[in-house]
Amino acid sequence: MKKHLLSAGDLTRDDAELILSTAAELRSLADRPIKKLPALRGRTIVNLFFEDSTRTRISFEAAAKRLSADVINFSAKGSSLSKGESLKDTALTLEAMGADAVVVRHWASGAPHNLANAGWSRSSVINAGDGTHEHPTQALLDAFTMTRHLSNLDGRRIAIVGDVLHSRVARSNALLLQTLGAEVTLVAPPTLLPYGVETWGVQTSYDLDAVLPKADAVMMLRVQRERMNASFFPSAREYSRRYGLDARRMGSLQEHTIVMHPGPMIRGMEITADVADSERSVIVEQVTNGVAVRMAVLYLLLGGSEPALTTSEESDA
Amino acid sequence: MTTYLIKNAQPYGAEPTDLLLQNGVIAAIGENLEAQGAEVVDATGLIALPGLVDLHTHLREPGREDAETVDTGTQAAALGGFTAVHAMANTDPVADTAGVVEQVWRLGREAGHCDVFPVGAVTVGLAGERLAELGAMADSAARVRVFSDDGKCVSDPVIMRRALEYVKAFDGVIAQHAQEPLLTEDAQMNEGELSGRLGLRGWPAVAEEAIIARDCLLTAHVGSRLHVCHVSTAGSVEIVRWAKSKGWNVTAEACPHHLLLTDELAATYDPIYKVNPPLRTAADVEALRAGLADGTIDIVATDHAPHPHEDKDCEWQAAAFGMLGLETALSIVQHTMVDTGLIGWAEVAERLSSAPARIGRLADHGRPLAEGEPANLTLYDAAATRTVEASEMASLSRNTPYAGMELPGRVVATFLRGKATVLDGKLA
Amino acid sequence: MPPTQQPDLPPVDGRTVLDSRDITRALTRISHEILERNKGAQDIVLLGIPSRGVHLASRIAAKITEVEGAAVPVGSLDVTMYRDDLRLRPARALAPTEIPSEGIDDKVVVLVDDVLYSGRTIRSALDALNDIGRPRAVQLAVLVDRGHRELPIRADFVGKNLPTSLAEKVAVRLAEYDDGEDGVTIR
Repeated sequence: MKKHLLSAGDLTRDDAELILSTAAELRSLADRPIKKLPALRGRTIVNLFFEDSTRTRISFEAAAKRLSADVINFSAKGSSLSKGESLKDTALTLEAMGADAVVVRHWASGAPHNLANAGWSRSSVINAGDGTHEHPTQALLDAFTMTRHLSNLDGRRIAIVGDVLHSRVARSNALLLQTLGAEVTLVAPPTLLPYGVETWGVQTSYDLDAVLPKADAVMMLRVQRERMNASFFPSAREYSRRYGLDARRMGSLQEHTIVMHPGPMIRGMEITADVADSERSVIVEQVTNGVAVRMAVLYLLLGGSEPALTTSEESDA
Repeated sequence: MTTYLIKNAQPYGAEPTDLLLQNGVIAAIGENLEAQGAEVVDATGLIALPGLVDLHTHLREPGREDAETVDTGTQAAALGGFTAVHAMANTDPVADTAGVVEQVWRLGREAGHCDVFPVGAVTVGLAGERLAELGAMADSAARVRVFSDDGKCVSDPVIMRRALEYVKAFDGVIAQHAQEPLLTEDAQMNEGELSGRLGLRGWPAVAEEAIIARDCLLTAHVGSRLHVCHVSTAGSVEIVRWAKSKGWNVTAEACPHHLLLTDELAATYDPIYKVNPPLRTAADVEALRAGLADGTIDIVATDHAPHPHEDKDCEWQAAAFGMLGLETALSIVQHTMVDTGLIGWAEVAERLSSAPARIGRLADHGRPLAEGEPANLTLYDAAATRTVEASEMASLSRNTPYAGMELPGRVVATFLRGKATVLDGKLA
Repeated sequence: MPPTQQPDLPPVDGRTVLDSRDITRALTRISHEILERNKGAQDIVLLGIPSRGVHLASRIAAKITEVEGAAVPVGSLDVTMYRDDLRLRPARALAPTEIPSEGIDDKVVVLVDDVLYSGRTIRSALDALNDIGRPRAVQLAVLVDRGHRELPIRADFVGKNLPTSLAEKVAVRLAEYDDGEDGVTIR
């Protein structure tokens, strides 16, 4: 039985499709006068954030509340330098409070694995972004958004462009989109592609202009200017010129191609304002879909006597 | 002083014979020895090896007595078959003066479980900026011959050159922790296929290999002596092999964990597997074993690195680097090198006793099992198996990566200058 | 677990109590009774309870259109999240809820389901409706009423009253949803 969502790679295709179809049902809730369902009444969900992320936190909070769960927000500040309250002690506290699920955002890659596997807690653990590792619900909401525009993702070409090296969104998307049958191309300067990326089963390219005309969806990743100081690229200007999505490049896209961004955007760096605000942009819709997808995940993990999701290992057994 | 008559032990795994330990030396070796009043140790089926010598041990005292003390660390050493350990300098205060190294040396004498030879820091405070008083440490009661900033690399090439040159005056050796610091900033695990997937900052092989290559060249240039700590990559083995082929005075060590464990274990995010240098790939493990077998790698050293529970029971990124090693080293060597047919017990004695003693310039350790030699030896049951229990470790810390694993072999007895430190697998 | 498209595939064996023609006749009668009770199709909204109730609702809607000449709004109402046994079983896949664009406020909602048994599904449906709007009245049409109610709920329109023992299983098959012909069997 799988009670955690730690990595997009843990989801089988059936799991992923069940989450997406459940999200599709739940999305219509937004149009109803009473935007609330009773499924998680009496369940307690803790948003445990070791790193600031207002948008992810409120998205999970809205999702939990629309399912009638009780939500506790627990902001445990601290960085790798100033450790602050330890993850273990926090987990023990939450355990004592009777949390059914812990939605965790952490600066350390693997922290949700520790929370789930170290024996500190019996709660379900949902990874809301860990270090430079994964952000599986972001990948799910991205896939959900794509399916609404492109229907089936089988054979669809998805370009993920930017700072793949430091992006947990890119990792989760690369895993999930392949599970769903899409062809993923990671586009970045060689310095921003992870070592060993050739074993990920994805295409890689250093040439954005060559990839764009074939893409069905283009996902731009945030590129922090500070990366320039560590010589990942020479200057923001050169980065934008080679890897930014502007109106000229948008002109090379197919008619149906959508433009995505997990936010927060740095306009003028990886994407120009006119592209972000264009008809093709589904960036705002991604935010809306985030609530429905997170509702689906919470419901499927916590709604029944046991989760409706399995791991790939279990389904093979 | 008790006289011990060891019956039917197999020196270096050869034919059984008796050994008489009297007045701190091996008084006699031969069949059917008898000695009035001697305590008889039945060593039937046990292999006798010269007492093991560890060139790389962290005893943590002074400063981190919550992790290990000289007393507990040397107990662990004795139980592992060691009669001498080299205590690394990264204590608090750093062992960078004659005063600190003498303190550690004295603590070892008082504990009495095995000899403790302090390693002196190369640079003041391990800061890599100016040389510590290497000569004063060499001339102190601790007679320091091995100098290392271990835990940190002497990365400045000028400082490294000067250190290599300076220790020639007293036949010292610089034991380098080879890690290019800028290539390994905040590094968490081996840089490879898995680091990218796991989102853990990579520690590339090149950061080790580049420093080793540079130091080999520097050593040749100034005609000094270099020892390379914890070689972990196939490339490093190649570089050391090349340096030796030139006739340069370079020695190298491998750690037991690098002979067995691989970076795949990081996928658990369990910091028990976090170590520096990191666990590498299966290909690296193979290369290390081959290097140790053909003598490119001279010795096995434990890099015994105790850490309190809270420093390992946390996120990977927040956890401390290091693993326990003293109590499992010989078993791991048997498992990876002997049981695989790569080396025999004579080579085990060379790699874990004679060679490290030579590198550390120890007169009374690593000596052959022969009449008149110091009675430093260990009796080992290679046919035994045991399941490692972290809670049963003599070390004050519990951070063994082998907990729950079944390993071959068991140290039955250890003798330090004729005095039993371990008997029947327990501290004597 | 794959999304279960057919959660309770009916057994093919067992005694047939309604065949295809019986079902058609029953639905025709129910359609007439709905029109009669409500004096026409005005303000009527049919909501089927997934899975088979949705198909029955569509059939009734078609019949009413045939009789009245005007289309009657039809939709579906998934009650999964409102079930009182939600926590007793693994989390279940959701079925569609499709409320006709007219909404349900001040309408007469006719809930349609295949089998009425404990009444718990209908209680869930009433709760679900409550979150969607305020109908003027709610009525219930079922193909089979097999008895054994556990809540004070009764059907307004019944295709067939079928006395059963608790040990027996009633299975409804519909051509649109299950393989083969329409039929109701008891086992």
